[in-house]
Amino acid sequence: MIGLGVGLLLAAIAFMTVGAKGSWDFVLPFRGTKLLAMTLVGVAVAVSTVMFQTVTDNRILTPSIMGFDALYLLLQTFLVFTIGSARLAAVDGGVRFGGEVAVMVTFGVMLYRWLLIGARRSVHVLVLAGIVLGVLFRSLSSFMQRLIDPNEFQVLQDAMFASFNSFDRSLVWPAAGLLAVAVSVAWGLRRRLDVLLLGRERATSLGVDYRRTVGLVLVVVAVLVSVSTALVGPIMFFGLLVANLAYRIAGSHRHAVVMPAAALLGVLALVAGQTVLERVFAFDTALAVIIEFLGGIVFLALLVRGEKR
Amino acid sequence: MIDVLDAVKTYGSVRVVDGVRLTLPAGGLTSIVGPNGAGKSTLLSLIARLLEMDGGQVLVDGLDVTSTRSDVLATRIAALRQENHLTSRLTVRDLVTFGRYPHSKGRTTPEDLEHVARALEFLDLEPLADRFLDEMSGGQRQRAFVAMVLCQDTDVVLLDEPLNNLDPRHAVAMMERLRAAVDELGKTVVLVVHDINVAAHYSDHIVAMCDGAVMVEGSPREVIRPEVLSSVYGLPVEVHEIAGRPHATYFPPGRPSVTFSIA
Ligand SMILES: Nc1ncnc2c1ncn2[C@@H]1O[C@H](COP(=O)(O)OP(=O)(O)OP(=O)(O)O)[C@@H](O)[C@H]1O
Ligand SMILES: [Mg+2]
Repeated sequence: MIGLGVGLLLAAIAFMTVGAKGSWDFVLPFRGTKLLAMTLVGVAVAVSTVMFQTVTDNRILTPSIMGFDALYLLLQTFLVFTIGSARLAAVDGGVRFGGEVAVMVTFGVMLYRWLLIGARRSVHVLVLAGIVLGVLFRSLSSFMQRLIDPNEFQVLQDAMFASFNSFDRSLVWPAAGLLAVAVSVAWGLRRRLDVLLLGRERATSLGVDYRRTVGLVLVVVAVLVSVSTALVGPIMFFGLLVANLAYRIAGSHRHAVVMPAAALLGVLALVAGQTVLERVFAFDTALAVIIEFLGGIVFLALLVRGEKR
Repeated sequence: MIDVLDAVKTYGSVRVVDGVRLTLPAGGLTSIVGPNGAGKSTLLSLIARLLEMDGGQVLVDGLDVTSTRSDVLATRIAALRQENHLTSRLTVRDLVTFGRYPHSKGRTTPEDLEHVARALEFLDLEPLADRFLDEMSGGQRQRAFVAMVLCQDTDVVLLDEPLNNLDPRHAVAMMERLRAAVDELGKTVVLVVHDINVAAHYSDHIVAMCDGAVMVEGSPREVIRPEVLSSVYGLPVEVHEIAGRPHATYFPPGRPSVTFSIA
């Protein structure tokens, strides 16, 4: 954990300073915002994945595999489709973002509560359901995109692909605020999450109100997914990667350890990866691709090893 | 005291618990027996509010289990499930410590640690306390789960086949320990067992279930009778008196020895 912290600090310093040209007055705030955005995304993805895996009692499903971020994109598309980007642009970024998150929480929680709390389903059915939902949401989005004005489509296109270079800078502070609230709720739930590791029945037997706790966890997850998707777009397998690494290195089942470890790992991977790619190799959007590649391999490995229930 | 009032549980169109009416007095050891699929585990899960009922009511010490807060019930009822699978990797000590959650809410106190140490000792788990559950034998794991349930230190303890996978020594030790909990601490213990003679030997009360309903209930002498057991299990059962207690045998007598030949 300390090693992770130190590594992260070094990576952050390297990110802020390596290859800086021109005035520090420009470079520091510019890169600082980007660093903050990466921190937000790393923490949001890591914490949401760990919580989600605990309540679904498996190590393979993640919010993005279950189509959470596709749902967020669908919402965005729907807004542009119905209201139009010009009128949307007139609304303050923070307010719009808040509205999107609110809708996301309502719909997401309803849908996934039904999927997860209703009948007992096997992980394989859930994976399948998630993939189908993801495809459904994405096709609906692209269907609406076909119908809208090409100019409006431009606005959306940025949102559809993960990129750590082009993000909406006006969203960083509202996102930071939301993340802080969501993460403190997650921290408050850490002991109950520990009990949920025993599965639904044993947790109930120990006095945890399963429905309420899972409902609350899903709200937190929906907020966290909105934060990361709004900032950089959908990243499918990143959460899987950091969560599973965190279980290995945390050396404890307790969420008080696992959640911070996953968050540190998530931020470290993004900041270090971005520093190396951007400054050393001068690549642009490759980080998302590399993360997806590694995460995809981990996903397959977990599926093949049958580490499901 | 446990009151089951016409409890019903259906899956699809099948009523797997079909209007069960039972009253189990406080401070006694009750065994539930019956064939596979009779609804024993389902009934136990309904009493422990681990499954939602489709009809009827269960009262534990006068508290309705569907409307009472789960955390309040957790200090009164503890339940062992028949199945003991876990996704995450825990040590025996971690697992047993979870048994204290209803009292500690995750902030383990020295008193909790005492309870944990006692539970580990009772179930002969001290040398295994820091082993991971997925690296232990079936019987060792079973004892760890029972230790967790006993660590919860509730007045009512429901155990679904606690003797699963146990060797005779540990099975007897566990039954003796449960008997002592009833006699010395006044606990109410309800367990599902398949070994009729264990039920006969240790119980105050035996409930025989069949097809989701209670077929017979009563003292061991009332239930451990050839005609009762034969109809519960659909198997000829003889009952002999051994050392002043009824003892059931259910192997067909005079079975010729079988030899296999491989052509
Ligand atoms: N989730 C479920 N969905 C559908 N049917 C179920 C479900 N769980 C149990 N059943 C059915 O309910 C009936 C009662 O099951 P239960 O587990 O209570 O039996 P049991 O008496 O504990 O049997 P055993 O001695 O094998 O443990 C069985 O016929 C079983 O097939
Ligand atoms: Mg059973």
